[in-house]
Amino acid sequence: MKLQDILLFSLKTLTSHSVRSLLIMLAMALGVAAVIILTALGDGARQYVVNEFSSIGTNLIIVLPGRAETAGSFPGAVMGQTPRDLTLDDAHWVGRLPQVSRYAPLNVGVAELSSAGKLREVTLMGTTVEIFPIRHMKLAQGNFLSKTGDNSAQIVLGAKIAQEFFPDGNALGQRVRLGDRRFLVTGVMAVQGESMGYNSDELVIIPIQHAQTLLNTTSLFRLLVETRHHDEIDSVREAIHQTLIRRHDGEDDVTVIAHDAVLATFERILRALTLGVAGIAVISLAVAGILVMNVMLVSVSQRTTEIGLLKAIGTPAAIIRQIFLAEAVWLSLTGALAGFVLGQAGSWLLRLIYPLLPAWPPLWANFAGIAVAVLSGILAGLLPAIRAAKLDPVTALSKR
Amino acid sequence: MIQLSGITRIFHMGDQAIHALNHIDLIVESGEYVSIMGPSGSGKSTLLNVIGLLDRPDSGHYLLDGRDVTDLSETEQAQVRREKIGFVFQSFHLIPRLTAAENIELPLILTGISPAERKARITETLQAFNLSDRAHHRPAELSGGQRQRVAIARATILRPTALLADEPTGNLDHRIGSEVITLLEALNQTGTTLIVVTHDRELGLRARRRIAMRDGQIEADELEPA
Ligand SMILES: Nc1ncnc2c1ncn2[C@@H]1O[C@H](COP(=O)(O)OP(=O)(O)OP(=O)(O)O)[C@@H](O)[C@H]1O
Ligand SMILES: [Mg+2]
Repeated sequence: MKLQDILLFSLKTLTSHSVRSLLIMLAMALGVAAVIILTALGDGARQYVVNEFSSIGTNLIIVLPGRAETAGSFPGAVMGQTPRDLTLDDAHWVGRLPQVSRYAPLNVGVAELSSAGKLREVTLMGTTVEIFPIRHMKLAQGNFLSKTGDNSAQIVLGAKIAQEFFPDGNALGQRVRLGDRRFLVTGVMAVQGESMGYNSDELVIIPIQHAQTLLNTTSLFRLLVETRHHDEIDSVREAIHQTLIRRHDGEDDVTVIAHDAVLATFERILRALTLGVAGIAVISLAVAGILVMNVMLVSVSQRTTEIGLLKAIGTPAAIIRQIFLAEAVWLSLTGALAGFVLGQAGSWLLRLIYPLLPAWPPLWANFAGIAVAVLSGILAGLLPAIRAAKLDPVTALSKR
Repeated sequence: MIQLSGITRIFHMGDQAIHALNHIDLIVESGEYVSIMGPSGSGKSTLLNVIGLLDRPDSGHYLLDGRDVTDLSETEQAQVRREKIGFVFQSFHLIPRLTAAENIELPLILTGISPAERKARITETLQAFNLSDRAHHRPAELSGGQRQRVAIARATILRPTALLADEPTGNLDHRIGSEVITLLEALNQTGTTLIVVTHDRELGLRARRRIAMRDGQIEADELEPA
């Protein structure tokens, strides 16, 4: 018996039980679609995070006060000991390292902003002008601390803040009060929305010294350092670490992380998550495989006399096995292909609903979904097919 | 030519052994027309199944056209069945989801004959069995006589040397049954060995050679003089 005839014969059998076949196909299709859509979701999330991080630059090193003793514990919160301050002087020393192209010390806090009878609470960021290239932020108007060594009380308003306080667009040159101090508006940021947990549209930026006085602190919140070359990031990270240890009398009380490492961690976590949900979806494929096996076993017992007849007209056991296996392959293959289409449509819908999320199913997921479906179908068809081929023709034919 | 010597088939029911066939010696020449009669349980079907290689004897030897087929493997037996044996059953055993033409086509598909040749041979066979207008009907839409004609067409489309019919008229009324026997006899006229198991004495007497069985043994074997 030729392969095409076997395939045709089993297809005819399936179409004559169309409802049953369609239900099995549906189970397979849903399994495959689940694999594809869930991995699209997981991988989309990973891509999103990666994009967010890379928008800040991959040459970035972050220094924070306190030592991260173990993964997961908050730096500085170890054993109740208060870490030594990470000072502005520390920052300048780091900035003098030859491999460092830019650096920006950072203090962050909340204060009341008032002007012309308006008042609201804002997030303030104390830093230097270098923060703009490092964080890829842009000014829409004016400037910020254009001269080095300029320590005057300047303030840059986020786009939304500027719009709220000065709807006429005449923010530049105005005087505002932040906390208990007065500042001159020298710049307005361009609209850029959310990035790394800050909405820079609702941020105000002031010189670092003013921020430290206002927030009454001498310790930096963060120090952002940009290296000249991406490939020397590890050695620079080590150099910064050593510099700071030396400056802190040999005490290792800062944490220096490459931005890349954070990204890598996030990527790892999200990849694991994607694999996890894909794994759960694969289980649904195994369930669909069991359904196929069940249906095939019922089919074999219902068709006992037919199998006896096939044997009587001289069908070898191998061909009978192939006929039943072909049925399982048809069910799982058509189911898998339908699931593939369903999965693509589903992830397209996801991208439509969440335009920010690049929810493209990864290539491996498409392949794995289809392959696992077909494999589980074949495995499920094996037992019924062997059982059919083993039937004794005389007993099979005498069954009424 | 079918040559059976010392064929024994024993079934075990609990601790009881049933000798369905008890040392059967039988020679059937090619082209013969044989009827087998006997009471229920006398071993007629078992004998036919052994001759058709559907069942294996527990002892004895079976030569088919000079070849010892007693100990062939299952696959080899399947091939012999395909090439030399045609079965006709009391309950037709047509595949319900296939049309008359598709049921007849099965043995052709099995031997790997091309679709074009299949089509030609089916058309020809449908005509010969007066089934052309029923080609695309399913078994459920056919009368008993038509169903048995489809089954005979299927059994003979590969021109087997022996046609084995186990009570082919058992599910048919007398007139239709007689027509079916006439059809089988016509095939015998073209040279096919015909062995018919029947309970109907009148139909059994139509065969030139009549075998009577009892308790797994051949009780009588009569050949009507030509
Ligand atoms: N699979 C089996 N298991 C046990 N005993 C069997 C089996 N098949 C047949 N027998 C027994 O073997 C004997 C012969 O059976 P067989 O079917 O050949 O009889 P038969 O002459 O065809 O009868 P009938 O006219 O009723 O069809 C009977 O006693 C039957 O009960
Ligand atoms: Mg019988």
